[in-house]
Amino acid sequence: MAEDSRGRRAGAGLDRRSLLGGAAAAGGSILAAAAARAEEPAIPAELPDWSRYLGPGVDDEPYGKPSKHEAHVVRRNVAWLTPSTESSINFTPLPWLNGIITPNGVFFERHHGGRAEIDPSAHRLLIHGLVEKPLVLTIEDLKRLPCEDRIWFLECAANGGMEWRGAQLNGCQFVRGMVGCAQWTGVRLKTLLDRVGLKPNAKWVLAEGADASALTRSFPIEKALDDAFVAYAQNGEALRPGQGYPVRLVLPGWEANMSVKWLRRIEVGDAPWYTRWETSKYTDLLPSGKAYKFTWVQEANSVITWPAPEHKVDGPGEYVIRGLAWSGRGRIVRVDLTFDGGKNWVTAPLEEPILPKALTRFYYPWRWDGSSTIIASRAIDETGYVQPTIAQLRKARGVNSIYHNNAIITWLVNSSGEVENVQVA
Amino acid sequence: MSRSRELLLVGALGLALPLAPVLAGDRPIGRVPSPEEIARWDIDVRPDGVGLPPGRGTAAEGEEVYAARCAHCHGEFGEAVGRWPVLIGGQGTLATHDPVKTPASYWPYATTLFDYTKRAMPFGDAQSLSDDEVYAITAFLLAQDGIIGEDFVLDATSLPRIVMPNADGFIDDPRPDVPAGEPCMKDCVAEVVITGHARNIDVTPEDTARPAAD
Repeated sequence: MAEDSRGRRAGAGLDRRSLLGGAAAAGGSILAAAAARAEEPAIPAELPDWSRYLGPGVDDEPYGKPSKHEAHVVRRNVAWLTPSTESSINFTPLPWLNGIITPNGVFFERHHGGRAEIDPSAHRLLIHGLVEKPLVLTIEDLKRLPCEDRIWFLECAANGGMEWRGAQLNGCQFVRGMVGCAQWTGVRLKTLLDRVGLKPNAKWVLAEGADASALTRSFPIEKALDDAFVAYAQNGEALRPGQGYPVRLVLPGWEANMSVKWLRRIEVGDAPWYTRWETSKYTDLLPSGKAYKFTWVQEANSVITWPAPEHKVDGPGEYVIRGLAWSGRGRIVRVDLTFDGGKNWVTAPLEEPILPKALTRFYYPWRWDGSSTIIASRAIDETGYVQPTIAQLRKARGVNSIYHNNAIITWLVNSSGEVENVQVA
Repeated sequence: MSRSRELLLVGALGLALPLAPVLAGDRPIGRVPSPEEIARWDIDVRPDGVGLPPGRGTAAEGEEVYAARCAHCHGEFGEAVGRWPVLIGGQGTLATHDPVKTPASYWPYATTLFDYTKRAMPFGDAQSLSDDEVYAITAFLLAQDGIIGEDFVLDATSLPRIVMPNADGFIDDPRPDVPAGEPCMKDCVAEVVITGHARNIDVTPEDTARPAAD
């Protein structure tokens, strides 16, 4: 089985070919199944062990894990991106996920000082600054306040950032995996600010984490009083440590590093702070040498998650294109697909639910004729914004802005059924 | 306790919140922190100097502490070791093919250098520097690029007055900055040309997360 996940990976063609045989022999992998399908064996006369012998009992696994056959569905990182893993990012395994909710164990993580492991009884949330009366809250205090459940995506500003100069990473996970979507449970920041009372000159808010980078971001009071959210639970359970346990900020639709994890402090002020994460980083450098600042919103985006470079299309026939679309400005209203590299487009139906600032699924039945096919998706949101091509983005911002590359992603399905990340003009 | 309860009640009524009435004897939600408690965490610094602590430092004083606490990753003069961030130089590179973003070339405010160094550096030993040391390290780095002189005394008054070379380098987010309107659906391009294949670049990580052998 060791070769299994390796064979499944998007990598050098030689590697993949040489490993396919081993995978087929071992069975259990997507590619192995694909390779074996031509000579699909009959249902064996002999019962498998799991149909005859008792499985583990209910006390075997108090906190469940995925099947060992799904061990390839994990977060991965790109070692050459950063000098240390403590200030780095890993990627959600989008090509193997379904629906719109990202499982907590594979939700991408971006840390700036490693994953803080916080004792919740020692954690406090302090609210101060231009308020009538400052307040310090325990996690138990937070849970006594009026709460809400909301489904929102979180996406790193740098999602797609390695593709500005050309197609570089041959995997859906690496090209668009700095995104996840969850149901968050917590308290509106407005609820907290109403309790402390804002002074008339309250214009900006600073959020600070309790991690070893004490990450801080400024955002305007309008966002704080709109949908800014203080979350203590994700997909039904307490936040995972990597997602900010015991409490994080969520700023829906905005670049995710503003959704400060391990939230310990909210300060209200009358001007932005211009922290390192809104000057040195998370600003978008242009060819002129000037840079955009305060580029908060994550514009409409989409990606085809099947087929993708991690998969192989196993011969001509019927399939379903699977994909995700999202917009930080609201709801997705349309997703178009092309099968000829962008000459012609068709509209794919959207799967319910279609929620604002949440991942939205699209499925499209597809018959592959076995010829080389260039496929791509294009999202349109309720503001009318159309996901741009990489050429349009480069024309506006050059190739050195790192962040906010939401360009249309193109896959080449070649005649052997292998899928590649390509760029087209 | 009764005082904070009263204040919460006033706050609630004043803003007409749909809260349950707070009754005498109720356990309050949260408490009012003391100014000393707030000061322990409130270390942020703004470009106008709000938040800068007392203390002072010069480049000459900073050289020693920088060498001891920073040079291991950032190099003797800020030139960086390996792939750790470069802290000096880079001026004139922003509009080139390979921009080098440093405090001198890119950061709009010197206060950010103080704030970040104080809150997050050294990497892995955060908030272990004294305020004098942070002033001195900040002065050392600014002096490397000639933004201040070797003897310039950096403190809460002088730091916010420093005008960084790229102070005017930022513009407010103008997005959307790409073409708007109904997208083309039919015969949109004459010929599709593949301009690049990721697999030819060959920098995609090989999988190291192999499942355990069955």
